[in-house]
Amino acid sequence: MLTSILRSPLAAPQQLHIPDGFLSAPVAILAWIVTMAFIVAAVRRSSQTFDERLVPLMGVLAAFIFAAQAFNFPVAGGTSGHFLGGALAAILLGPWPALLVMTAVIGLQGLIFQDGGLLAMGANIFVMGIVTVWTGYFGYQALQRVNRYAAGFTAGWLSVVLAAVVTAFMLALSGTASLGVVLTAMAGVHMLIGVGEGLITAAALALVKAALPGMFGEQVTGRKSDAGTIIAGGVVLALVVGIVAVFFASPSPDGLERVAEDKGFIEAAQAAPFEIIPDYVAPGIANETLAGVLAVVLGTLLLFAVGYGIARALRRRNHRLAETPVEVDQ
Amino acid sequence: MTAINGTENEPVLHVHELAFSYPDGRPALRGVTLHVDAGEKVALVGPNGAGKSTLMLHFNGILKGGAGRIRVDGMDVAKENLGVIRAKVGLVFQNPDDQLFSTTVFDDVAFGPLHMGLPEVEVRRRVQRALDLVGIADFASRMPHHLSVGERKRVAIATVLAMDPSILVLDEPTAGVDPRGRRGLITLLRELDATMLVSTHDMALVAELFGRTIVLDGGRVVADGPTGEIMADQALLERHGLEAP
Amino acid sequence: MHINVLDQFKSGDSPIHRLDPRVKLVGALAFILAAALTPDGAWLAFLALFVLWLALVLMADVPPGLLLRRGLAALPFAAAAVTVLFTLPGQALLTVQVPLFGWQLTISDAGLVRFVTILLKSGVSVLMATLLAATTTFPDLLRAMRGIGIPKVLVGTIAFMYRYIFVLADEALTMLRARDARSAAGPAGQKGGGTVFWRARIVGGMVGSLFVRSLARSERVYQAMASRGYAGELRWLDKPRSQTMDIVWLAVLVLVLLLIQLWARLIT
Ligand SMILES: Nc1ncnc2c1ncn2[C@@H]1O[C@H](COP(=O)(O)OP(=O)(O)O)[C@@H](O)[C@H]1O
Ligand SMILES: [Mg+2]
Repeated sequence: MLTSILRSPLAAPQQLHIPDGFLSAPVAILAWIVTMAFIVAAVRRSSQTFDERLVPLMGVLAAFIFAAQAFNFPVAGGTSGHFLGGALAAILLGPWPALLVMTAVIGLQGLIFQDGGLLAMGANIFVMGIVTVWTGYFGYQALQRVNRYAAGFTAGWLSVVLAAVVTAFMLALSGTASLGVVLTAMAGVHMLIGVGEGLITAAALALVKAALPGMFGEQVTGRKSDAGTIIAGGVVLALVVGIVAVFFASPSPDGLERVAEDKGFIEAAQAAPFEIIPDYVAPGIANETLAGVLAVVLGTLLLFAVGYGIARALRRRNHRLAETPVEVDQ
Repeated sequence: MTAINGTENEPVLHVHELAFSYPDGRPALRGVTLHVDAGEKVALVGPNGAGKSTLMLHFNGILKGGAGRIRVDGMDVAKENLGVIRAKVGLVFQNPDDQLFSTTVFDDVAFGPLHMGLPEVEVRRRVQRALDLVGIADFASRMPHHLSVGERKRVAIATVLAMDPSILVLDEPTAGVDPRGRRGLITLLRELDATMLVSTHDMALVAELFGRTIVLDGGRVVADGPTGEIMADQALLERHGLEAP
Repeated sequence: MHINVLDQFKSGDSPIHRLDPRVKLVGALAFILAAALTPDGAWLAFLALFVLWLALVLMADVPPGLLLRRGLAALPFAAAAVTVLFTLPGQALLTVQVPLFGWQLTISDAGLVRFVTILLKSGVSVLMATLLAATTTFPDLLRAMRGIGIPKVLVGTIAFMYRYIFVLADEALTMLRARDARSAAGPAGQKGGGTVFWRARIVGGMVGSLFVRSLARSERVYQAMASRGYAGELRWLDKPRSQTMDIVWLAVLVLVLLLIQLWARLIT
């Protein structure tokens, strides 16, 4: 009974849980190193915010994300809306605690269910923790003044799409797939899947807002000049990394000519498991150069978001949740 | 498990004019005064929302900030004493899923002694003794979620017995337990040689186990006396939403 | 109530079960790293890794068939690697027609080798992770994580998470049942009542209320911890374990993996 609910989403592994074997050792190890640095920072920052409540809070909320990932709902043509939860966690808890929560979720999924690899776990935490959390957090922060729920939707959607993009990059860097194809396929599929994430995120925010209005107090905003510097720096860094990545990912000129054909193939391959409406075509990318450009743009967006999010988080020591009175029904 | 530090006449638990409101401003306790002497087993009854759980969370300083005063074994419940107080007051929460947060029964029962700073040998001795006392000596390596509700309640009681408290404070121990589990718990509570204050709606349990009953309603003590007298006062029971068994 | 089918083997008593969990965790990681480092087309090396795995499984007295079935779990992900069949430069092996789209795809020899290599790497890695999960109790895994220097806060979080998955999954299940009882939605895959927006709002609402309940629960759990003397620092009693045999095990495993690596590079 319990097993049925826990197994249902696990029986069909989500595209973002990379198993071992698909990432090259250098990519996997590099991802582990970067991820570890983030985790250590997350432990420190979250400890400051939540003090002795940290472990029970993070633990129960990690169980919450795990259970929430079991909820799914039909989107269109038999496709199920899945829930990843990184963006929602970031919006509700702030990015650092959210990263801890996602790390625990992904760690347990890899260790107990072999859902995602062990060597690949660093990359999985990077994608489903760091990327989703900071894009979700930043996306929400940027738009919340316009409309909280539109912001929640965008944050959820963006987090899944960018996570897919980064996954594509990692696979390409590992020599497991050609960038243009895997990027098109992953981004395309997750632009659809992301709709579910966005809708659930927005609806969940609405409920939490109704139940715990205190959680959405006024945000502390940074000074403009700081933000400007960070944005500029982030854009430059992102461009450099994006270009290097594209350069690395397409070492063989022979590959270029075949991409158009391959793209057709991967779409056909993807169509079955996700049952996309037959005439659905991923936003057109004619050739690898264009894919490269898209990659640079998206990579820029991502790193910019990450950088900006970190900077903001650094400035805001005490997160609002720490002061939110919590109704405890004994 | 009886008062050692207290002076001759000092009750194990002494609550004086305790008042408390939750942050939303609603008063939950409006001047509660009561005491429990060493060796006594006292029932705390009252309708839902009477303030029983809120009161119990004050005994070891989890909730604080209102008016009044609490002493345990002659010691003020105040910030500087909290470490000692929390070992003296064995608080068992109503929901064992809140109380049992560890991965194994052993880890859960060891949690209290470990965080009191006891050495490993002593921790192991206390875990074994506590599990023996509640009659589940062979459960140490089980996981809490594999146990029945009744068994979880026993483990929850063991988690505080391992701390060797001066007083056991149990919040609705028989709520949600099936008849057989309830019977077992009653036997356990009867045989435990400890000072205890037990909140409950289970009037049959009260009549069977407790010589003295305190009735709480609306954040006030509305009656305090021998269980027989309180059970006989139909008007009192009715006024406070209770029923004689 | 078992969280998964492997639970029943965890309490077994074999040399593998009795190993220091740190050795098991590090050993499994070393094995998976070795698989990742094995060059394309070193088929015999993969066979050697598989035989090594099988030897460990037989020692652990766990049914290999069950683990093999679990090992297939990662297979759907192979779709992500399928493009290497066509994009790696090399001798053309086979041309496939894709009828629906009218494309011609040519499989190269290098592409095929890379693709099969990826599947094998993934296969042996998942098998090893499955063996680790099948022979190690969860408290032992936690011990191993603490033992290799993972921050206490994170290990504590994972421990609490594991405990409360069962509780929250029950709550989630109750909500799902209530939803299914109220809505006209058919079984998964069928179109349910209402628009996508409406369905998402229902699910989002459930997620939101599960969050609110989880937050309240975490506070009660904190109160229960504080009541038992917790003041911010988590403590555990760790069973002392014999050291020498465990070290020998790890050394032998690493040595075998190194030999396989050397061999793999000689044969390719
Ligand atoms: N965490 C809380 N925040 C606000 N009010 C609360 C909280 N917990 C309890 N209350 C309120 O305090 C009163 C006493 O509750 P409680 O002590 O739980 O009663 P009992 O345990 O006797 O059922 C009730 O009115 C209840 O609604
Ligand atoms: Mg109560």
